[in-house]
Amino acid sequence: MNYYKPATFDEAIAIASGAEGITRILAGGTDVLVQMRSDIVTPDTLIDIKAIDGVKDITRAEDGGWTIGVAVCGAEISEHPDLPREWPGVVEAIGLIGSTQVQGRATPVGNLCNASPAADSVPALVAAGAEVTVQGPNGPRRVAVEDIPTGPGRTSLQKGEIITALHLPPRGKGGGDAYQRFIPRTEMDIAVVGCGVNLRVSGQVITEARMALGAVAPTVERVRGAADALVGTKLEDSALDALADLAQAACNPIDDKRGTVKFRTHLAGVYARRVAKIAYERARAAQ
Amino acid sequence: MKKIHVTTKINGDTVEFLCDPRETLLDVLRDRLGLTGAKEGCGTGDCGACSVTVDGRLTCSCLMLGVEAEGHEIGTVEGIADGEELHPLQKKFIEYAALQCGICTPGILVAAKNLLERNPDPTEEEVRYWLAGNLCRCTGYDKIIRAVLDTAAEMREAS
Amino acid sequence: MALDEYKPQKGGSELETDHQFKYVGTRPDRPDGFDKVTGRARFGADMYAPGMLHAAILRSPHAHARIVRIDTSKAEAMEGVKAVVTRADFSKNVPFAPGMAGEFWNILENVMAGEKVLYDGHAVAAVAATTPLIARDALKAIEVEYEILPHVTDVDEAMKPDAPVIREGAADKSVPEGMHPNVVRYHESGHGDVEAGFAEADLVIEDHFTTEATHQGYIEPHACLATLGSDGKGELWCCTQGHWYVQKVCAALLDLETANLRVTASEIGGGFGGKTTVFIEPVALALSRKANRPVKLVMSRSEVFRATGPTASASMDIKIGMKKDGTITAAKGEFRLQGGAFPGAPMEFTAMCAFACYNLKNVHQVGYDVMTNRPKQAAYRAPGSPMAAFAVESVIDELCNRLGLDPIEVRLKNAAREGTKASYGPTFPRIGLVETLEAAKAHPHYSAPLKPGQGRGISCGFWFNHGGETSVSLALSEDGSAQVMVGTPDIGGSRASMALMAAEVLGIPFEKIRVTIADTGSLGYNEISHGSRVTYASGLATIKAAQDAVRKLRQRAADKWGIDVEAVDWVDGCAVPSGPNAGDFDPLPLAEITKNMGATGGPISGHYEATPEGAGVSFATHIVDAEVDRETGSTRVVRYTVVQDAGKAIHPTYVEGQFQGGAAQGIGWALNEEYIYGPDGRLQNPGFLDYRIPVASDLPMIDTVIVEVPNPGHPYGVRGVGETSICPPLAAIANAVSNAAGVRLRDLPMRPSRILEELEKQQGDA
Repeated sequence: MNYYKPATFDEAIAIASGAEGITRILAGGTDVLVQMRSDIVTPDTLIDIKAIDGVKDITRAEDGGWTIGVAVCGAEISEHPDLPREWPGVVEAIGLIGSTQVQGRATPVGNLCNASPAADSVPALVAAGAEVTVQGPNGPRRVAVEDIPTGPGRTSLQKGEIITALHLPPRGKGGGDAYQRFIPRTEMDIAVVGCGVNLRVSGQVITEARMALGAVAPTVERVRGAADALVGTKLEDSALDALADLAQAACNPIDDKRGTVKFRTHLAGVYARRVAKIAYERARAAQ
Repeated sequence: MKKIHVTTKINGDTVEFLCDPRETLLDVLRDRLGLTGAKEGCGTGDCGACSVTVDGRLTCSCLMLGVEAEGHEIGTVEGIADGEELHPLQKKFIEYAALQCGICTPGILVAAKNLLERNPDPTEEEVRYWLAGNLCRCTGYDKIIRAVLDTAAEMREAS
Repeated sequence: MALDEYKPQKGGSELETDHQFKYVGTRPDRPDGFDKVTGRARFGADMYAPGMLHAAILRSPHAHARIVRIDTSKAEAMEGVKAVVTRADFSKNVPFAPGMAGEFWNILENVMAGEKVLYDGHAVAAVAATTPLIARDALKAIEVEYEILPHVTDVDEAMKPDAPVIREGAADKSVPEGMHPNVVRYHESGHGDVEAGFAEADLVIEDHFTTEATHQGYIEPHACLATLGSDGKGELWCCTQGHWYVQKVCAALLDLETANLRVTASEIGGGFGGKTTVFIEPVALALSRKANRPVKLVMSRSEVFRATGPTASASMDIKIGMKKDGTITAAKGEFRLQGGAFPGAPMEFTAMCAFACYNLKNVHQVGYDVMTNRPKQAAYRAPGSPMAAFAVESVIDELCNRLGLDPIEVRLKNAAREGTKASYGPTFPRIGLVETLEAAKAHPHYSAPLKPGQGRGISCGFWFNHGGETSVSLALSEDGSAQVMVGTPDIGGSRASMALMAAEVLGIPFEKIRVTIADTGSLGYNEISHGSRVTYASGLATIKAAQDAVRKLRQRAADKWGIDVEAVDWVDGCAVPSGPNAGDFDPLPLAEITKNMGATGGPISGHYEATPEGAGVSFATHIVDAEVDRETGSTRVVRYTVVQDAGKAIHPTYVEGQFQGGAAQGIGWALNEEYIYGPDGRLQNPGFLDYRIPVASDLPMIDTVIVEVPNPGHPYGVRGVGETSICPPLAAIANAVSNAAGVRLRDLPMRPSRILEELEKQQGDA
């Protein structure tokens, strides 16, 4: 295995473009090292991007949103003075990845690129409408988070392409998001179902709504009908029923050691309701 | 693959070593530097027995490569005591019998010390969640949690 | 061992259980605490030797396959590879025999596969190389051709007529005619007439229960450092619960003279029964012999899950009859346990423990030991008992519910007491079950109000405890301090208990005593640290060895004073003249005698070797409050109290620790822990990510009540405390869930999805 520690993304892209065999980007390393230790993947080329300028920064974007460097770890995001207030759901979701120790290393972009359908941060990021900058031999482009994973362990990134930043949109007035997941223990588990909801309200009425589910399909699943179910409602029981039905209908899970199809589908409905209620309360409080 | 030269600081001392890029920081600490306080319980970041701090941030040393230590400051269980004087957590762990077999103890002490440096007055729930990544199979955690809470109280009084 | 051996020694410390102890029962800091909080304690993987090689083991990816061919030539040709071993490098003189009679052959077959691989993770070859990375790379260069065979991993499936046969001829003579060859041992016991008993009952409940295999889950993977020469002499450092056992097994598997292999036990990072075993040590020794270099071998966590432990899984049928007043009229149980691809599932313990808490006129129990394509089961804390308690105590709870009776009162009414003929045969001497039930009833927990969604469960549990072969030596130093050498590895603070007992006899402070875990070359044979025997048996031997030293100390004082040794008492660390000589001489402290011991007759030591058989059985009653989320099926334990009879708590803090640890493991077993096999027979969760042991945020504080009903078989009344604490939690939690959510879980673990299914059935019924 060859280890590189480039000083710029251009240099990193050049290394990745020219590499033979398996290439992995090393930021927090909490997935890559586990795969190496378990003999699942031994990269031929490992590109450590932590020496690149700006990768550890969290900055306010011109549009009022946020740009998060690709080597910013979960703990740094949770400790940020403003982010948790503006995007509590996203920050909670990122904070649920692994233990305190893992939080000291793991990054949301790593969580995204690992492309696990059960990744905790991804449903919250999708619900938030987050984007990433993808840079490659042909220059940079902005891509919606939901378009990065294409299947378990697979992404839409092409050879030589690297994610160079994570972008959260401006929060704006009356916005609230939330994320929860079901796990058998209280910590340290992979989500059996994860649910992120992001709402905007005007008074008591929902004006915007996005929902995404984790661990119920080959990729994190954005439930596109959520807006239809919620916009214009005050999250009455009928709206929650409709949302839960949509969530369950969106499920296309597998039976595995962590949960059955039936159980996951059931939980998707339970968590759609629970998480929507939290997001709604937050949105109303943020006016 | 040639070995890579790394310069780092461990428990305040500058340390240099050569390592294969596939070696984890835990491998390096134990097999190259003789610091066997950090333990490999799983190698996959699930048990916390290899906990160290990197620039003051709690980390599993099995989830970090040795080469990544370049230019950083590492803290291990061997650096917790101040000379012959044990850290208050170390004393309390003995007093409370917060260990049975002792294999998880170094990692738990590193993690608990890191918690108290950030939060000198944690609730029981905060201690339990902070330490959720440090598995202990012997104690049921009861005496560990009590020892951490009592150490925190004592350190607050002393300061 | 006759009880009169425990009478107070003339002139020695008064050894009665109502004695006011000076040291026993106090809570000093453990002697090895400093090492363990500073990181300097040396565990299995913490030892290094000059010129040391690193080893790795190649393991089968198949549940059941014939090994057609192994080609190690490419691995051997790699730079840095110094030795490769397969089964051919082990003894050919270990005879196969059916059942447990062939245990050494079973271990050999498990340590390195012969003609077939028998489970996912079964070792097939091993490499020693100059670095761990080279060793791992070399494994990938070993070619193994397998002919895949049909497999079976479920105990009930393995007993069916068309089940694949794991190994012909493995059944011993206990097995009735006509059973599948996978049934390798059979047990039957009981007394009375159960059918007549059921006829007397007002309510009979018959039910089926299952428990999944769980792993001991010690945080330290197996590790060893081996040095062996072609001269047949070797040194072995390893983490084990019993290094004399390791010595014996390794010698047999490698054709060595036992005494030529010196084994040193490292500090042990948890065992819980799972390190009463031999897996990697013979492999490391074989590699060392072949490479002529020291070899270190450390398992990865996934190897630990795939190829060590676990406990047996169980399929059980229970039938109990009760009268309206709560009297149990008869009880019957059938217990089918699979212990992997070898005989040894502890079904006889399951059967014998099942009804041991109760005074039954009519009781009958049957056990089957069944082989499957899973790893060789190993002891796990009261092996066999927790699953029995789960099934039996669940049925008793259900009977109480349906008859409207208080679960503690019913258990008190039927409780085994002194004089009860135990369900497994003997008559109980003084025991403490009733006392634990009374203490549980009186505990504020039992009457505390519950919140909505919560339920309370109780359960009793039983374990035999064990004595076993034991040697202890005690040597006094000139300055009056004492070294105690014991041979039972200290898993959870036993050095402190030994030092307290030695201090009590010698009458010198705890701090003046250093307890060492001796290697096999420094002390006589010691059985493994298992069966909750350490504080009992090594403790008894420590007391006896200290008494032996005290006798010699008294003799020196008698010589000095010119009086008869019988006229010298030992009081509070001093020789004092007694009887007609009382007051004639000033008390002579221990340090005064040892100061001149070289000139007064030589070094003063005490020894004791025996197989004590007075281990006292131990009972516990647990109370647990659980909360069930009816939407997700998730269960949370919100309050927990352990009440257990310790006989006499030598170091109460560590006794509490054993109670708490057992309860926590039981909570894991009840709710989340399980071996999950896929249809391909491969283990799907060989890591702490998906083998879910309780984490700190899962558990409440675990309250403890130490009941002390002295064991007549120990000078200080000690009963083993390590194991019983894992017996009640499974049923206690199932009973709490039943009371919280109105659903009865008969299969462990009580996964949220299972609880949810039961809740759905409940709604369907309503």
